[in-house]
Amino acid sequence: MLAIFLREFRSYFTSPLGYVFLAIFYAFSGVFFLVFSLDLGTTDLSSVFLMMFLVLMIFVPLLTMRLLAEDKKQKTEQLTLTAPVSLFSIVMGKFLAAYVIFAMGVIVMPIYGFVMSTFTTISWLPILGNTLGLLLLGAIFVSGGLFVSSLTENQMIAAIGSFFVNLMVLLLDTLINMVPSGLFRDILASISIYTRYAEITTGIFSLSSIIFFISVVVIFLFLTVRVLEKKRWA
Amino acid sequence: MIEVRNLTKRYGNKLAVDNISFSVDKGEILGFLGPNGAGKSTTMNILTGYLSSTDGQALIDGIDILEDPVRAKKLIGYLPEQPPLYMDMTVMEYLKFVYRLKKCKLPIISHLNEICRLVKIEEVKNRLIRNLSKGYKQRVGVAQALVGNPPVLILDEPTVGLDPKQILEIRTLIKKLGKNHTVILSSHILPEVQAVCDKIVIINRGKIAADDSTESLSQHMDGNSRLIIRCEGKPDEVVKALNGLSGLESIRINKENVEPGVSEYYINTKEGTDLRRDVSKRLSSRGYTIVMMKSGELTLEEIFLKITTGDIYGKVDDDTVIQGKKKGGRK
Repeated sequence: MLAIFLREFRSYFTSPLGYVFLAIFYAFSGVFFLVFSLDLGTTDLSSVFLMMFLVLMIFVPLLTMRLLAEDKKQKTEQLTLTAPVSLFSIVMGKFLAAYVIFAMGVIVMPIYGFVMSTFTTISWLPILGNTLGLLLLGAIFVSGGLFVSSLTENQMIAAIGSFFVNLMVLLLDTLINMVPSGLFRDILASISIYTRYAEITTGIFSLSSIIFFISVVVIFLFLTVRVLEKKRWA
Repeated sequence: MIEVRNLTKRYGNKLAVDNISFSVDKGEILGFLGPNGAGKSTTMNILTGYLSSTDGQALIDGIDILEDPVRAKKLIGYLPEQPPLYMDMTVMEYLKFVYRLKKCKLPIISHLNEICRLVKIEEVKNRLIRNLSKGYKQRVGVAQALVGNPPVLILDEPTVGLDPKQILEIRTLIKKLGKNHTVILSSHILPEVQAVCDKIVIINRGKIAADDSTESLSQHMDGNSRLIIRCEGKPDEVVKALNGLSGLESIRINKENVEPGVSEYYINTKEGTDLRRDVSKRLSSRGYTIVMMKSGELTLEEIFLKITTGDIYGKVDDDTVIQGKKKGGRK
């Protein structure tokens, strides 16, 4: 697992991909902080975080599109899949590599809090809640992207596919509002990722929400392992 | 060391590998031979655990590759048809990655340097794999298989893309490795297999067509003796003149690529009969001049064609084979 992790992590910085992702993240968050917080004279960062949610939705697929699709195309998967390692550790190594890059971006968000706290007293809970929310949501985006990447050997298709998976996270909520109340609506509401995300961003850290996020990630990782497994039997 | 039992692989309706069984003992080099699409790579992919079989078993040192893949894979070094290289790494970085991936215990630096020396890639150690020539890439692929010094090496067409000198070097290397490794090597180049392997399995359309040691294979196929002559005169008349010789089975004429006025004849004779004198006497008494005569023992190439197509001349691609025969001018 460590070997795969280190290789994938390094490869983000031997290609422009890692730099581009981080640069985009830092630039966008900086601009949004300037426009929605400093310029408006508010310490409420929630609109900054909301915008970052959208940015991540679009750009996390850039991080994950390559992970398994490229391996398939370059046939390097013949090395990893015939090496004495389990499929899960391959998938986990790749997931962690992309996730650490993602986290390296998100981790700057509290810095904006520090910047403001030098001028005035601020409420830290929403900032930490939002940061945690992004970290959890990002784990879903990354694992979803990894899963889509395992389905194709074309990076573009992987990127577009994972973008749609991410979009569904958002769309599911608008769908719920259109469904008449009843069992179906309840089911949809209970799997709504956005509702849980919104709850965490307000600073309510309920255990069930956190377990919910981790479960979704585990499901995606499990599905990815199954896809790799299935390939052998095809 | 390696045992394959009734291995079958089906891709949808297509039967890629059909119920094949063979075994390789410790320290043996097995040549896996067959035309393109015969199922060589599929078999190797199953042996290494990359694909699963539809039916049957593959055992590495008694361990079933499907039941305990991690332990079985630890014993194997695999060079797939297309070397699995990460283009964005340098050779050394790549080998270190493979080393960690395989969780090796040997001292890393000296072990990897030793491998680089063995496959002669020392001078490109710090270059990006992307920028290497095909021959070097292939050798890095071989190096990758050697990392961790696994007792079993499975090499899928290891000499593809190398220049003649490198081919010889790799063959020597494989022979050397064969002393303390068990090697399976696939190829469609016969002299290569003949030069390197102790044992050959010929596979065609997913089935084993022959399974034998190189020497006994050519003896075994020697039953039908053959004579090749070049003779002046009209082919029809020459054949007419030869007809009726006792022990003669069939004659084939080839008029192309021979000097004007001369034709080439492939004369198949009954087992154990030597017709050289009779043919010579008969033709000269009728006034035809023989300009060349040789007895044509079957080469491994012809055995291969005979096994895979049922005809030494190759039913599929008649002319090329005959022309190749002439230019080669063996024996």
